[in-house]
Amino acid sequence: MRHAPAEGITISGERTEGAFDGQHFCGPLGASLVYGLLEVKESHATMSDLQQTPLYELHLELGGKMVPFAGYSMPVQYPMGVMKEHLQTRAAAGLFDVSHMGQVMLSGSSWEAVATAFEALVPMDVLGLADGRQRYGLFTNDAGGIEDDLMFARRGDDLFVVVNAACKDADIARMKAALEPDVTVTPITDRALVAVQGPGAGAAIASLDPAADAMRFMDFGTLTFGGIEVWASRSGYTGEDGFEISIPEAQAEALVRQLLALDGVEPIGLGARDSLRLEAGLCLYGNDIDAQTNPVEGNLTWAIQKARRAGGDRAGGYPGADAIQAAFADGVERKRVGLAPEGRAPMREGTQLFAAENGDEAVGHVTSGSFGPTLGGPVAMGYVRFDTADIGTALWGEVRGKRLPVAVVKLPFVAANFKR
Amino acid sequence: MKFTEEHEWLRIEGDEIFVGITIHAAEQLGDVVFVELPSEGTTVSKDDEVVVIESVKAASDILAPIDGEITEVNATLSDNPGMVNDDPQGEAWFFKMKASDPSQMDEFMDEAAYQKFIG
Repeated sequence: MRHAPAEGITISGERTEGAFDGQHFCGPLGASLVYGLLEVKESHATMSDLQQTPLYELHLELGGKMVPFAGYSMPVQYPMGVMKEHLQTRAAAGLFDVSHMGQVMLSGSSWEAVATAFEALVPMDVLGLADGRQRYGLFTNDAGGIEDDLMFARRGDDLFVVVNAACKDADIARMKAALEPDVTVTPITDRALVAVQGPGAGAAIASLDPAADAMRFMDFGTLTFGGIEVWASRSGYTGEDGFEISIPEAQAEALVRQLLALDGVEPIGLGARDSLRLEAGLCLYGNDIDAQTNPVEGNLTWAIQKARRAGGDRAGGYPGADAIQAAFADGVERKRVGLAPEGRAPMREGTQLFAAENGDEAVGHVTSGSFGPTLGGPVAMGYVRFDTADIGTALWGEVRGKRLPVAVVKLPFVAANFKR
Repeated sequence: MKFTEEHEWLRIEGDEIFVGITIHAAEQLGDVVFVELPSEGTTVSKDDEVVVIESVKAASDILAPIDGEITEVNATLSDNPGMVNDDPQGEAWFFKMKASDPSQMDEFMDEAAYQKFIG
């Protein structure tokens, strides 16, 4: 989840070729410094065309390094740096600005009306969702591919939906086309969204509203921080316990300052957000899943509840149901797996995978790959042919022309630490 | 010590030249997690990619600053890439080389000019 499909800045010139895809940079050192994480110069990235979240000024004040991401200027890191920010989140707590993501409220004549309508867009059990509960979901297309991944929560008779920044316009259009006029689709543009993640997140949020303590993983509800009502879910995208909190725009900066003043809470950028979700085995839309990925290939069958599978009470009835049910029944040609490179060299996105050191035919490729600070070594995920997808399969990844050993491993790399 | 626009430093000791990356470059790159060094004895031309350095988020190539031969590499960096952040202009040199044409060094900046270059 959470990614812009490569908004590439490709640059070329004398000795400064390189590519920055919003996530990673490859190229000569001098170009890395200018275009890599680090100082995307205004003239090249047209920073002025980018949108800002309600926390933009605060990011600058905190020393955030701002980069273009899904049309927004977002902090890739703060002075602490990606590695320490990552470890901080695993050890204590980190605060992430995710206000660039789309928040949308769906309402209708009744919960049943809203839920039933939404089930026509996603292969999830929506009707069975209890009030104050949240689920992970997928918008699918007619071929059974994934148009976006999302979180949805029941708020009384309404459905609160959070979608990826890069897909939000398309998602809103999709929902309006399919659901209106019976269900009203309201994009929420006057609220910030922040995630507080890590083993210290529970205590931090409960210090502002003790009611937070009673919330369990994937609960959703209203909390009151010093008189300000916020919508909070006990969830996130790091594999840690934590909350995602929707805050009225006008109060967002003051509230975030209050959160950052709490013991053990530090601001964390997109860089660490990416390595945290990768260690947690979670997909980045546009990298690990896309419009060509069947959820069965994507190893996301856990997200499709029984009620919507063949033989279930409300089987099918969503875009691509035939293709997805066929994938369940007949299996798939390729599968998303965890990949642990043996040495120290990271295997980045696009690395080709082979079944033999000298084999000609690639059996797959890496879709996300980086260094996992918690593990102290490289971590990756990608797609491989079904017959090479078993845990423990020894493969080879081609890095700069050399075949290096990599093993298929169980996901996640770091065990989830949710409050169940 | 001499500095290049590619954020490398060169230090001359006898007929050998130590090459590393600057404090500024190390700070900007962030936590270095992987360093791949060339083979000792390799003959290189200016601008050949000789070292791969990866931080959490970026893969960068270090280019040979001048023509010559790689005489020694700092193998400690392979096991302890974090040294690049700890002491970039000291212990964390990447390689030593012998110049084929020492006059190629003339174009490089001194420290004051480099500081001005990075502004």
